Amino acid sequence: MERNLAFVALFAALIAGLGLIPKFTLAFGVPITAQTMGVMLCGTVLGARRGALAVLLFLALVALGLPLLAGGRGGLGAFATPSVGFLVGWPVAAFVTGFIVERWRGGLALVASVASIVGGILVLYLFGVVGMAVMLDKTIPEAMLLVTAFIPGDVLKAVIAGLVTSGLARSRPSSVLSRA
Amino acid sequence: MISLTSPVRTWAHAVPAGVKLVALSLATVGLFALKSPAFLGLALAGVALLVLTGGLRFARASVGALRMLVPFLALIALWHAVTGQFAEGIAVALRLLAALALANFVTMTTRLSDMVAVAAVLLAPFRRLGLPTRALELSVALVVRFTPEIARKGGLLGQAWRARSRRRTGWQIVMPLAALAIDDAEHVAEALRARGGLEPSSERR
Repeated sequence: MERNLAFVALFAALIAGLGLIPKFTLAFGVPITAQTMGVMLCGTVLGARRGALAVLLFLALVALGLPLLAGGRGGLGAFATPSVGFLVGWPVAAFVTGFIVERWRGGLALVASVASIVGGILVLYLFGVVGMAVMLDKTIPEAMLLVTAFIPGDVLKAVIAGLVTSGLARSRPSSVLSRA
Repeated sequence: MISLTSPVRTWAHAVPAGVKLVALSLATVGLFALKSPAFLGLALAGVALLVLTGGLRFARASVGALRMLVPFLALIALWHAVTGQFAEGIAVALRLLAALALANFVTMTTRLSDMVAVAAVLLAPFRRLGLPTRALELSVALVVRFTPEIARKGGLLGQAWRARSRRRTGWQIVMPLAALAIDDAEHVAEALRARGGLEPSSERR
């Protein structure tokens, strides 16, 4: 119980910490940061339930007014931007990513990469695109067109998340809770 | 940790947080119901007046927080210039600006402790359903305590990288940073257990 709580809290803090790694901004201003990689890692390392809880905890603190999002953003305003769908999708993305890693017993680097692509891209973009469509008053296909530019970067992040997860499994074997 | 509450005191700081949140929700629903650029323009003017009641310094900080919308506004401008639906484009832009400014206004005029109090009230019914609120409070405290710590360690890893390489740091420090977070988590878990752990009443999670 204490261990679960500490891991959930520390990974929420890790998402915040990853927001400080210099970002590579592409077009359209949906910030491309390591923070989505943090969300993927929550799933791949903590597993479905704990991963989703860590992301929820992080978002709750953002909503309360802490500047934890990349670029020092936060507060209720973070949920009133065109990228709100991505934030809403984060916990679900972590859950799906973790769920796949928990169930699919293959080589961890490959499984975690694929799980991050399914959870952190397929599922996440579902939410993100709907959010964009609503906020920018566009149809779903139009909104999809707007976010395609980010997919290559996110695939890269998913692969890195997979490699990091397998690295953690080697250096901290008992700490990859999704496979414990 | 620094919160986003404005250091400039305004009348709105004295308004109960719950009232502001309900008003914000209603106003945001209203903004999305409005379709005509004229009414949305009026709404944005109203929000601007509201922000200006906080004084010039407050208003300047408030406008600064809207900068993140610039790429979206540019995109909207381009899109609607191509499609020729100018009225729709202006409506979307006005709605985005008003909604974000309003949400920021509430965050900027509400102390973190007041927000936490509202969250506690909202969560109270769930406590009876078995939500471990003590575990929740503890984890919030842990995140607030350890975020600067992780950020500091990230900075050190970045410096160590720069000492060895001429290239920029990036994803290379993610793995050691995650390992450090895991070590911290193990230490915190040990420390919590050594101090009696969580109450048995909150054993479920």
